[in-house]
Amino acid sequence: MKRSGAQIVWECLVREGVEVVFGYPGGANLPIYDAMRGYPSIHHVLTRHEQGAAHMADGYARVSGKVGVAIATSGPGATNLVTGIATAHMDSVPVVFITAQVSSKLIGYDAFQETDMTGITIPITKHNFLVTDVYEIMPALREAFYIARSGRPGPVLVDIAKDAQQALIDNWEYDHSPFKMRGYRPNMRPAPSSIHDAVDLINHSKRPLILAGHGILMSNAMEELRVITEKGNIPVAITILGKGVLPANHRLNLGMMGMHGEAWVNNAIQEADLLLAFGMRFDDRVTGNLNTYAVNAKKVHIDIDPSEINKNVKVDIGLVGDLKEILGQLLPLVETQNRVDWTDHIAEMKGNVSVRDIQNLPDNGHLYAAHVINDLWRFTSTDTVITTDVGQHQMWAAQYYHIDKPHKWVTSGGLGTMGFGLPSAIGAKFATPMSEVWTIAGDGGFQMTAAELSTLAQEGIKVNIAVINNGFLGMVRQWQEFFYDKNYAATPMKSPDFVKLADAHGLKGIRVTQRSQVEAAIREAQATEGSVVIDFKVEQEDSVYPMVASGSDLQDMIRRPRVLVETPKDS
Amino acid sequence: MLHTLVILVEDLPGVLNRVASLFRRRTFNIESLTVGHTDVDGISRMTVTVEGDDHHIDRLTHYLYKLVNIIQIEDLTYKQVVKRDLALIKVSTVSDKRSEIFQMVEVFRARIIDVTNQSVIVEITGDIEKIDGFVEVLKPLGIIEMVRTGSVAMERGPDSLFHAENGYQELTQSMN
Ligand SMILES: Cc1ncc(C[n+]2csc(CCOP(=O)(O)OP(=O)(O)O)c2C)c(N)n1
Repeated sequence: MKRSGAQIVWECLVREGVEVVFGYPGGANLPIYDAMRGYPSIHHVLTRHEQGAAHMADGYARVSGKVGVAIATSGPGATNLVTGIATAHMDSVPVVFITAQVSSKLIGYDAFQETDMTGITIPITKHNFLVTDVYEIMPALREAFYIARSGRPGPVLVDIAKDAQQALIDNWEYDHSPFKMRGYRPNMRPAPSSIHDAVDLINHSKRPLILAGHGILMSNAMEELRVITEKGNIPVAITILGKGVLPANHRLNLGMMGMHGEAWVNNAIQEADLLLAFGMRFDDRVTGNLNTYAVNAKKVHIDIDPSEINKNVKVDIGLVGDLKEILGQLLPLVETQNRVDWTDHIAEMKGNVSVRDIQNLPDNGHLYAAHVINDLWRFTSTDTVITTDVGQHQMWAAQYYHIDKPHKWVTSGGLGTMGFGLPSAIGAKFATPMSEVWTIAGDGGFQMTAAELSTLAQEGIKVNIAVINNGFLGMVRQWQEFFYDKNYAATPMKSPDFVKLADAHGLKGIRVTQRSQVEAAIREAQATEGSVVIDFKVEQEDSVYPMVASGSDLQDMIRRPRVLVETPKDS
Repeated sequence: MLHTLVILVEDLPGVLNRVASLFRRRTFNIESLTVGHTDVDGISRMTVTVEGDDHHIDRLTHYLYKLVNIIQIEDLTYKQVVKRDLALIKVSTVSDKRSEIFQMVEVFRARIIDVTNQSVIVEITGDIEKIDGFVEVLKPLGIIEMVRTGSVAMERGPDSLFHAENGYQELTQSMN
C-alpha cells in the first residue's frame, strides 16, 4: 500500500495498540495531523500547552501500564515538552514523544522553529532518534516503543523531519519481524549463587525490612511481594512512588519512608539488621545522611538497572533483573518465620508517635489540609485514582490518602514537577475512564497548568480537582520558616478566584472554608456530572511533619511541635 | 587513578555526543578520547582514559551500558596491554640547533615526514611517557606546533576483545 511518512507514524501507533495521544499541532507536524483522520481508532486530545500533553501521556502510562504518546511540533512545541520528558525520565515512565523537525535540508541552518531536540533530550530520555528518511520512520518507532517499555522503562523521543513525513513509499508494509539492536540488552538475570546468598541473609535476619519502590509496580510483582512479606513476616516500608504495592491497611505495610515519611518507618530503617531494597533507588530524599543510614543493616538490592546497585548505598548483595522473576525465585526459599519481637517493637514505635498526629486534633474551626485529604480518602473508594501536584499537599496526600491498589497513585517523585497534577489526572482518566479521578494540587502548582481545565472541558471528561489553597508556595514557605528565619521571600501568592475560574470553563466550583463543609463538598463533586474544582481554603502556615532536614540523619526528625497545636505560628 | 576503557559502539551519527554528554553530566573527566572504525562494519571503537577509583569506573561502566548504542565496554587498566599515542610535532630549523633535532629524532626513533628550509615535521608513536619525554627535549629547540592523538590500546595475546554475543553475532530481539 502507498503510504506517506505521516501515515506510517499512525500505522505504527495503531500496531503498538495506542488508543489515545496527547498533542499540539504546528507547522512542522502538519502532515502528521493531516493524516490523523485516516486513523479514527486513535483519539487525539488537544492540550493547552505541550507540557500538559507530556504529563497527560505520563499519567496515562502510569495508570494503564501501557506506553503513553505525546506529539508536538518542532522548536517551541518540542521544547515545551522538556519538563514533561524529564519528569517521565526521573520516574522511569514509558512514554514515546513524537516531535516534528524542520525539513532535512534545513537542519543545521537555524531554520524557522528549528531546535536540536535529540541534542537537548539526550540527558533526559532513555534514548532518542532523529529520522530524516521516510524508510527509517517505522524502524525508529518500533524500537522506540520497545525501548520505552522494556527493561527499566523510560521516555523515548522520535524527532521526524517534515520532508520524511511527506515522502511517499509505494509498497509499504508493516514489518512484524523481530528486529536487531546490538547494544540493547534489557533482560539481565542474576547468578543463582547470589540468589542463595540473599536467601541466607533473609532467613538469618531478626529485624529485616523491605523497602518497596516503583519497580514492584513496573514489574507487576505485587503478589510476589505480598507472599514474601507474609511468609517471613517482614515489614514493608514504601517509597512515595511505591504507594499501592501492598494495601495500605495490610498489617505489614508500615507506610512511607524518607524526608516526610512516618517516624516509625524511618526509625525501623535505622534499627533494621537487613534491608531488602526492591525496585527503589535510595534517593537522597529517602536516605538522609548516607554516612549514618542504616549502618547496622546488611543490604540486598534488587533492581533491573545495574547502575542503581551501589550507586548511593553500598550493598552486600545486588541482584540485577526483573523483580517479578527474582522474587519468584526467592519466594520458595524464604523460611516461614513470625519475627514477633521485631513487628511488636515497630508497633510500639507506631503507637508512640501516632498520638502526635494532627488527625487527633478536634475541630477548632481551622481547616487543615491533612483533614481535607483524610476526608477525601474516607469518602472515595479504593478504586479512585489520585494524582498530585508537588509541595506540601503532595506530602500530606502521601501521608493521609491511603492507597490500597496498584496504579491508583500518580505523583512526580524524582523530579518534583509543579504543574504535574491536573494534566496527569487527565491522562489517568483516559487510562481508566470508569474510575473516579481526583487530583490534589496546591494553589501554586495548580496555576502552572490550570489552562488544562479548558482541555478537560473540551473533552467533556470528569476529573475532580482539590486545590489545597494556603495562599503560599507552601513547601518553600515551610523551608523558609524552618531554615531561613521565616523570611517569606516570594512565597506569598495571590490567586484568582478558583470558583470563578472553574465557572469560566463551564465547570462547577465549590469553596470550602470549614471542616464541617468538607464532606458535603466532596459528595457534591462526586454527584456532579462534569469536572469540579474545590477550593479548600486551608490553614496558611501549617507544615508537614515529621521532616528529616535535607542531609540530616534519618532518625533525626523535626516533629510537630505540640500534640494539639493551633497553628505552627505560635510554636 | 587513570583508567583505560575500550568502548565498542554502533557506528551511528551522534553516538560520540551521547558518550561525551554522559561523561559530562555524571561528572567524569575525560583525559583523552579517540574514536575510529574497527574491522567490523557498523562498529566503532573508542579508547577513553579517565580518572577515577575502581568504584567510580564501575559506576561509569554501568551508566555507559545504559546508552542503547553501546555494545561493549572493557576496562584494560589491569590487563597486559600495548598502548600507543601518536604525535606530529613541527619544529623550527632556522636556529643552529638543526643537527641536535635530527639527533633527538634518531634517539627517540621518531621519523621526519616533512622538511622545508625552515622547519621539519616529526612523527612519533609510543606510550605517553615516551612522547612526553620527546616533547620536553624538543621544547628548547623550538616547537612551532604540535598535535597528539590520545591513546589507543589493545590487550596483548591472541584473544579478541569482542565478546561473541556482543557484536559479531547479531542479537535478535523479539517484541514483548
Ligand atoms: C516547576 C517547579 N518550580 C519550582 C518548584 C519548587 N517548589 C517545590 S514545592 C513548591 C511550592 C508549591 O506550592 P503550592 O503549589 O502552593 O503547594 P503547597 O506546597 O502549598 O502545598 C515549589 C515552588 C518545583 N518543585 N517545581
